[in-house]
Amino acid sequence: MLTLLGVGVVVLGFLFRFNPLLVIAAAVFVTGWAGHLSPVETVSALGRAFNQSRLVSVAFLVLPVIGLLERAGLQERARIVIASVHAATAGRLLIVYLFLRQISIAFGLQFNGQVAMVRPLVAPMAEAAAGNGAADEPKRLLIRAYAAATDNVAAFFGEDIFVAVGSILLIKGMLDQSGVIVQPLQLSLWAIPTAILAFLIHATRLLLLDRKLARK
Amino acid sequence: MITLEHVYIAVGIFFAIFAILSLFDGTNRRRFGNAAFWGLFAASFLFGSHLGDFANGILVVMLIALGGFGALGHGAPETTSPEERRASAVRRGNALLIPALLIPAIALLGTFTLKGAAIAGVKLLDGAQVTLISLALGVFAALAAAMIWLRPPVLAPFQEGRRLVDSIGWAAILPQLLAALGAIFTLAGVGHAVSDLATRYLPLGQPFEAVIAYCLGMALFTFVMGNAFAAFPVMTAAIGLPLVVHKFGGNPAIMGAIGMLAGFCGTLMTPMAANFNIVPAALLELPDRNAVIKAQIPTAIPLLLANMVLMYLLVFRF
Repeated sequence: MLTLLGVGVVVLGFLFRFNPLLVIAAAVFVTGWAGHLSPVETVSALGRAFNQSRLVSVAFLVLPVIGLLERAGLQERARIVIASVHAATAGRLLIVYLFLRQISIAFGLQFNGQVAMVRPLVAPMAEAAAGNGAADEPKRLLIRAYAAATDNVAAFFGEDIFVAVGSILLIKGMLDQSGVIVQPLQLSLWAIPTAILAFLIHATRLLLLDRKLARK
Repeated sequence: MITLEHVYIAVGIFFAIFAILSLFDGTNRRRFGNAAFWGLFAASFLFGSHLGDFANGILVVMLIALGGFGALGHGAPETTSPEERRASAVRRGNALLIPALLIPAIALLGTFTLKGAAIAGVKLLDGAQVTLISLALGVFAALAAAMIWLRPPVLAPFQEGRRLVDSIGWAAILPQLLAALGAIFTLAGVGHAVSDLATRYLPLGQPFEAVIAYCLGMALFTFVMGNAFAAFPVMTAAIGLPLVVHKFGGNPAIMGAIGMLAGFCGTLMTPMAANFNIVPAALLELPDRNAVIKAQIPTAIPLLLANMVLMYLLVFRF
């Protein structure tokens, strides 16, 4: 049971709002100690695992291009575009983005939507689409938060429809090790019902967001 | 052949330039902290594959110390004024959107066309990583197009990249660090401990109880660890396989697929999933760092319930 101490460290550290980097470091060393690893072995395990998960950070490659385009007025341009479309509202615009992002990630298009799409394009477009709905600061911030939330919902509940994605391979690998053989394609197919429900639930909430923005 | 290693080197070079530019930024009182932090991160990408595990570990500990004890400040790279940006947006028109859209377009195109591509029998790139490599190709194509068209100062992309990465700050290494924590939990046998506890204390005599415990466990464990990938082996070994599949005869593919998605509902609600929930809040300059999570919770809870119902309806039927 001592091995669970590390989980406790994470929970407490998060509750007391310590710096997450320090919380994780504490959890790593407590878990290593409870699992009878020497400090050197623990540091080595940490280094090995950190090194092997570098692909998580490849998305940072897009920052210079996005920054360069922002320098030339990308965000301002996105606002001009959407402000000229009178039919659009923030909620409806985000529903279109939700749909497109779910479809594209289901076809295997993995990228960091928060950095590549939401910050430069989707958030400013949604703000502009809201028109007077984004008049005061709290509503403006609410729209931005919903833009980021929409990207997450779309990405999480679209990616598993693609066969070669990490989580599908993880499920298969874990079941294989336990002597249960499944095909990746089966796993992908059974991700579809949840994907449809995720779209319906979140789209409903985006329509409710429009109503909230319309109220004073 | 282009592999992920080449992409890592590109990332490393970018961060090395951020580090050097940080060092010479007199406006940042903590410029040495920024330079050291981004420099070490660059070293991880440039040399990580050749350093030993222990050296990589020391590098991570140094990153944690710099980030955890507030050694980083904000650089103020030279950039355009809001007026200049508005004028440029009007003058250049919608063409400004094209380089931004070029990145996903090339990533998608590359994923479909480059997987088995070969010239004279030599494979062009590592097929297993085709999407990430195509993404990198898209970035360089967009960068080249933007540089030729916009003609900014040569260092502008890196100064602008530094501006954005400084606004993320130490949170930039959180995602990788959380993945590492999951690996260490596995190494120390946290999974077995949870399995013992669950089977000893939870009422799991009925199929629907096992489904609820599994889905809820996935969401809760993901909430705590910030990562459904870390929760899946633990909960599946503890409840999914022994009860849902073996005891009650459920379909393992349906259990695995929906179980992982139940975990993702937990990801939507936790500040530990920093790359999805906290980094975007910083990126969008939201004063409340939990604002994105608050926008997600009312979607996550009904969806978690929906996953339980779906699994119960499907897993014992197919």
